[in-house]
Amino acid sequence: MSTLSERILGAAAGEYVDRKVDRAYVHDGTGVLALEAWKEMGRDRMGKETGYYIQFDHIAPANNGLTATLQHELRNFAKRSSMHFSDVGCGICHQLMAEGEVLPGEIAVGADSHTVMLGAFGAFATGVGATDMAAIWLTGETWFRVPESVGIRLTGNLTGAAEAKDLALAYVGKLGTDGATYQALEFIGEGVRHLSMDERFVLSNLSVEAGAKAGLFYADEVTLRYLKEHGLDTVGQEYESCSYCRELDFDLTDIVPLVSVPHRVDTVKPADAVAGVPLDQVFVGTCTNGRYSDLARFARLVKGKKVAVRTLVVPASAAILEKAIRTGVLADIVAAGCTIGTPGCGPCLGYHMGVLGEGEICLSTANRNFKNRMGVGAEIYLGSVATAAASALVGEIASPEVG
Amino acid sequence: MQGKGPAICLPGDIDTDLVIAGRYLRTKDKSVWATHVLEDLDPTLAPRLKGAVIVAGKNFGCGSSREQAAFALREAGVIAIIAPSFGRIFFRNAINIGLPLIESTLTCTEGTPVAFDLSAGWVDTEGKRHAIRPLSARMQEILEAGGLVEYWRAHQ
Repeated sequence: MSTLSERILGAAAGEYVDRKVDRAYVHDGTGVLALEAWKEMGRDRMGKETGYYIQFDHIAPANNGLTATLQHELRNFAKRSSMHFSDVGCGICHQLMAEGEVLPGEIAVGADSHTVMLGAFGAFATGVGATDMAAIWLTGETWFRVPESVGIRLTGNLTGAAEAKDLALAYVGKLGTDGATYQALEFIGEGVRHLSMDERFVLSNLSVEAGAKAGLFYADEVTLRYLKEHGLDTVGQEYESCSYCRELDFDLTDIVPLVSVPHRVDTVKPADAVAGVPLDQVFVGTCTNGRYSDLARFARLVKGKKVAVRTLVVPASAAILEKAIRTGVLADIVAAGCTIGTPGCGPCLGYHMGVLGEGEICLSTANRNFKNRMGVGAEIYLGSVATAAASALVGEIASPEVG
Repeated sequence: MQGKGPAICLPGDIDTDLVIAGRYLRTKDKSVWATHVLEDLDPTLAPRLKGAVIVAGKNFGCGSSREQAAFALREAGVIAIIAPSFGRIFFRNAINIGLPLIESTLTCTEGTPVAFDLSAGWVDTEGKRHAIRPLSARMQEILEAGGLVEYWRAHQ
């Protein structure tokens, strides 16, 4: 029997195939180069059957004149073309795609490595560079090597303060940053059905941090309910036993709050073991942990208290921001002394809005803690929303007691 | 495709943030990327890359999809990169702009000449010849065309 990647791509692991791309998207960072390459390819042509998207999230709003000029050019192109365009403030490209644009069984390609997040729908979703994207604009197709798959078998339920983020850090820690290079992850087992879509997004999102090409869940009733809420009716995918190149087992009951320490995502320690590290900034947001359920959890944990360190909270999309305003979640976060940023990637990439100074330390809910990423000479620790809340309240890394 | 150049030895797991930092991405001027390539790893490295073959540890180019990383290395004059494995997006990006990547396990000695012949399937250093993992037929075509832009210009 076939893995889910093999079923979607219609060929066996190891084969090379050309496939139509159902959804293709770029952001303001990669879109500029994609547009250059597309123009150089010398034809004013676009694939007819592909849904194309341009979303401004990386430096949104622009931080200086140069960025603004590059964005102006891309924005003009987006408006002239038939592409779906989401301007500054709409949100992170992956989150916008997750708000009703991607269906199970589709092939989605984004010019950003965290495109793998959309594997949570049972889609084959992977990142490419700008020139590959230009060719997808031109033809609506691209080539793939069908990946071997690693099975991540989940049992049990998350308990206490543990979150899907802790499980994600646990599996990246176990696989290592290149543990699944050229391969796909498939999340399977009875533990999956207890996981919400938001939790699945986190697990799929981190798969690229283990080098994986994709991180897939089979679409089940949880997926279908979520899609229905976003106006999409579709059918699920049945798991068939298949052969994985490797299998890892995780009992969710055993997962405890974890932290990735600088400068590698796969250097993972229990939050307890790094408690007391003094912090200069806490950042809650990104395509990993900037969803409504994350903001609501954070608000619940800081409500009626005051944070002891500067704390930036950036919703992943305008829809999330609007809901957080409507439900009072945002008011609780602001009352606790946090600052709210424009929906988008925020300071995750070290471009703007929260860049760290030399020697500063940040606890972030993002997915990367590479050296100098958020600022030259700064350090990034990665953790869950509950860890971020517990840490923000004391101004140093703290292991959360409740989630 | 053939080439020869002095080896520059780099460790494993070099991510694309380290190849070209986020703070330099917002430009279309490729010379900016060449000037700052690998700066956060070793600020003296960039001027030494002209004509060089990088011999790196596993998982070179992991992380972000930023194609500026591949451009930075090419524009700095790197003629090929040899490593046991590469970040997969970086792998495609480099081939797409005509920068050859070679999957091979090689012990690196700084400055020693490294020769390669992609069609014949070998790399050669210190008198020893090592097998390489061949590129897929499509990647080979793209590389031979000079990159994906040139490939599509020729295929229309």
